[in-house]
Amino acid sequence: MFHVRVRVEQTALPGIGVRHDLVTESGRRVGVVTHRTGRRDLVLYDEDDPDSCIASIPLNDDEAEALADVLGASLMLGQLSGLRQQAAGLLTEQISIPAGSRFVGRVLGDTKARTRTSASIVAVLRDAQVIASPGPEFVFQAGDVVVVVGTRQGLDGVSRILADGDPDS
Amino acid sequence: MHDTTVLLIELGAVLFCLGLLGRLSRRIGLSPIPLYLLAGLAFGHGGVLPLSASEEFIAVGAEIGVILLLVMLGLEYTARELIGNLRTNAPAGLLDGLLNALPGLAFGLLLGWGWVAALVLAGITWVSSSGVIAKVLADLGRLGNRETPVMLSILVIEDLAMALYLPLLTAVLAGTGFIGGAKALSIAVGTVIVVLLVALRFGHAISAFISARDPEALLLGVLGLTLLVAGLAAELQVSAAVGAFLVGIALSGPVAHHATELLSPLRDLFAAVFFVFFGLATRPGDMPPVLLPALALAVVTMGTKIITGYLAAKRAGIAVPGRVRAGLGLMPRGEFSIVIAGLAVATPGIEPKLAPLATAYVLITVVSGPMLARLPDFAWFKRILRRNQRPLPRREPLPTTD
Repeated sequence: MFHVRVRVEQTALPGIGVRHDLVTESGRRVGVVTHRTGRRDLVLYDEDDPDSCIASIPLNDDEAEALADVLGASLMLGQLSGLRQQAAGLLTEQISIPAGSRFVGRVLGDTKARTRTSASIVAVLRDAQVIASPGPEFVFQAGDVVVVVGTRQGLDGVSRILADGDPDS
Repeated sequence: MHDTTVLLIELGAVLFCLGLLGRLSRRIGLSPIPLYLLAGLAFGHGGVLPLSASEEFIAVGAEIGVILLLVMLGLEYTARELIGNLRTNAPAGLLDGLLNALPGLAFGLLLGWGWVAALVLAGITWVSSSGVIAKVLADLGRLGNRETPVMLSILVIEDLAMALYLPLLTAVLAGTGFIGGAKALSIAVGTVIVVLLVALRFGHAISAFISARDPEALLLGVLGLTLLVAGLAAELQVSAAVGAFLVGIALSGPVAHHATELLSPLRDLFAAVFFVFFGLATRPGDMPPVLLPALALAVVTMGTKIITGYLAAKRAGIAVPGRVRAGLGLMPRGEFSIVIAGLAVATPGIEPKLAPLATAYVLITVVSGPMLARLPDFAWFKRILRRNQRPLPRREPLPTTD
């Protein structure tokens, strides 16, 4: 895995709070204004006038956390697909949970996927949302797509478990 | 009727009217300050509904209003912010002072009002209204803009400069002459430096001493400390307002945060009383003759604020549209100009036209300033700016890699 260091600029806003912003590779500026009161605004800057923000979106704690999660998870997925080329033999696969699966409504721990196949469920995609590194207490819904990392054999095992429950059949 | 009864009736009626005006101002998206001033004019001598019994009470309330305005201003900033700003933006602050105080000074001298009144006018034209500007920036969604920190630093430096200007003015108004003024100024400089250093080093200790846990004790503690220090500062001829400002700076952390929440309603009440009181002191009949001079002064000093904002933003590497936004945004004068004029009005022998002029001047800038600040958001304004600008080579979007 490789890290690209991005320069995040921090500017104090006396009496209001602090602003963090960065310029993307494509030349757009994105920032976050953190108010003293704890309020956060996601700000997007104008392309023609990069000093002015065209949109300022107030986010509450939960929203900010959800957004950070989505970005973090999509970053992880991107890095995982990079991993595919780097580590020979280790694969990533997205496996959907069919409506008839016996794991719908049950927790992730029940699949015992890791002990049985040595492949790991690293994320779950649900309704265009990414739930990164779900714990054993995570409850599946029909239509969830799990992201699994493992060997070819392990991945096949996980898809069999999720389909009918037995990796060895 | 008993005096107290009349007082209650008058005060109740005034506050109730202010409440309605406050709502009206919110409805039309205007700062309530001009409406409070107009209400003061209406209730004052020669106004529509002159007050009789409550004027003394309102006078004391106004004094407390100034102190609360200043302590809240101090609470907004930490000592670290003030010093950091002073370090990086001192040239912008200096430019702001020169460009905006000098026209006021010159105007006072041109009208033949004498040095003291000219000094007062310099202060009135110098200081932008941080309350009004912060609100306009938030309303227009410009808090994230890159020119906003430049504007805020100018406001911070103006506020800090007031900590030196107000004691000087107080001494001059007291008629102590040049030596007295210099003495007051040196006391003020010394106090400000000591307070900043103490706040930097021991800010946490001071704040820990006033516990933030119990709201009632916190309210009484901070209010008491503020009034005490303000009174002592006034006794030392350093101006009560500056004392209160320094108390606000010295407090930090959770204490400052909770104190801001607790004092806000009190500040709103007494600041409104203060603006009304200032209006009370002005005879509405004195207004028409000063309207034209006030308008001229407003046009000139709003122009100099545009230049200030433009140059300060240019110095910070902001492009032309941002510079124009910064300049247009800095124009409104408000609470501080009235505080300065309020100090002067109480002094015997000062030019009597000063109070009506200050009222008219603040009314003009505080109403037109926030409206003009919206100009850069209009498409036609952007087009004009773009036409006058050399076309920049447009950056090609980077090709996406597979």
